[in-house]
Parts: sequence; C-alpha cells; structure tokens
Amino acid sequence: MNYLTDRKRATGLGAGHTGAAHHWLTIATSISLAILVPLFIFTFGYAVGHSYEEVLAFYSNPCIAIITALCLVGGIIHLKTEVDEAVEDYIGGIKRKLTLIAVAGFCYALMATGLFALLKLAIQ
Amino acid sequence: MADVNRGNRPLSPFMIGPYYRPQMTSISSIMVRITGIASLGSVFLVICWFLAAATSESAFNCFNDLYGSWIGNIVMLAAAWAIWYHMLGRVRHVIWDFGYCLDVETSEKMGWGMFIGATVLTVLTALVFLIF
Repeated sequence: MNYLTDRKRATGLGAGHTGAAHHWLTIATSISLAILVPLFIFTFGYAVGHSYEEVLAFYSNPCIAIITALCLVGGIIHLKTEVDEAVEDYIGGIKRKLTLIAVAGFCYALMATGLFALLKLAIQ
Repeated sequence: MADVNRGNRPLSPFMIGPYYRPQMTSISSIMVRITGIASLGSVFLVICWFLAAATSESAFNCFNDLYGSWIGNIVMLAAAWAIWYHMLGRVRHVIWDFGYCLDVETSEKMGWGMFIGATVLTVLTALVFLIF
C-alpha cells in the first residue's frame, strides 16, 4: 500500500523549495494587522506630544507595554515579508541575495532596538 | 530552449507604461506594496522616538517636539493613512486568498473601499486626537 499523499510528493518542489510558507506568513500576519494597527495607532498617537513624565507613566502600564511590543514585533515581521517580496520581484542575482540580507538586518535591528527601548521605558 | 535567455529576462515592472493600461484593481494593489514599504520607514521613525525616550529627557524632548510640530503632524497623518490603507489592502488580499470576491466588479468596489476607508479612518484618527 502506498501511504504517500499527493501533498507529500509535492512538498519542496516549488521554485524556492519553501512551498507556500512565505505566502502563508503574509496571510497570517495580514490578519494580525487588522488588530495590531488600530491598537498601535491609538496608543502611540496618544503618547506622542505628551510630556516625558506622562510618556514614562503611560508605557509603565503593563497592558500598554505588552500591546506596543506585540505591535512592533508583529508589524515588523509583516513588513519584512512585504519588502522581501518586493526585493525578490525587482532585483536579481547577487544583488537580490545581498539586499535580502540587508533588509533582514535592518528589520531585526529595528525589532531589537524597539524592544530594548520599550523595556527600559516600562521598568524605569 | 528556454534556458538560452538565462539571466537576461525582464523583471517584474517591465509591462507598466508601454504595454499596460493602469486599472483600479492593479493600482490599488500596487499601492498596498508602496504603503507597506513606506510603513517600514514609519516604523523606523517610531523606534527613533522610543529610543530617544529611553535615552534621556533632552533627547526625548527633541524628538517629541519635532513629531508634535506641524511638519511632524503632517508626516504622522501621511504615515497613518499609509498604514490604514495597507491594513485594508491586506484584508482584501486575505479575502481573495480565501477564494471570495474574485470577480472584477467586487474587486474594484473593494479597491475604492480601501482608498475611501483609509481616508475616513485617517480623518477619524485626527479627530480623536484633536478632541481628546
């Protein structure tokens, strides 16, 4: 008896050998945006323009700090899929590889910096 | 002999301009990509503000005054429009990916919904912060 399914035989055969993983990540993070974007716009928009003490107090609230951390990480993961897709469409060869690495470096640097700054604000 | 032309093939945007007439569906979709890339720039500005706040009060005041100025407000409104538009556009792509609303008429309606929706949400955002 043959237990191999059609799906199993197709796995890994796409041009990028990653199947629909990138597309699925885009779909999943797109849905998360519908929750994260309103939360971020209204929390960050409220904080900007307030005094230093008020901003410190605002981000010391655990709910606000956790929401902001989720928005930064989730948002950057989504935007990285977006920029990666554009790079793969418009740039070829060695330039594509180097640009993808640079984009990943930029995105992860933003994530690490944002989380560090947020953590420092939250526990200060 | 498909491989004869290896490495010398046109990349994606070669059709736009001479061969391709812009349509509601394609332009609204291209705008999703543009606003997505622009939003990564917005995130950079946001993180600058957070890092300044975590550094010192004087650094925070510098960025906070800049973002609170009228130029800063215009940039933030544009950034808000872009991320609202991107969010709505991505919802449209999810609806398409799940196999719904794939006919041209509904797709065009959703495209208008993205432009109008993003503008309405941006105005509402501005009003909320003007009132509160």
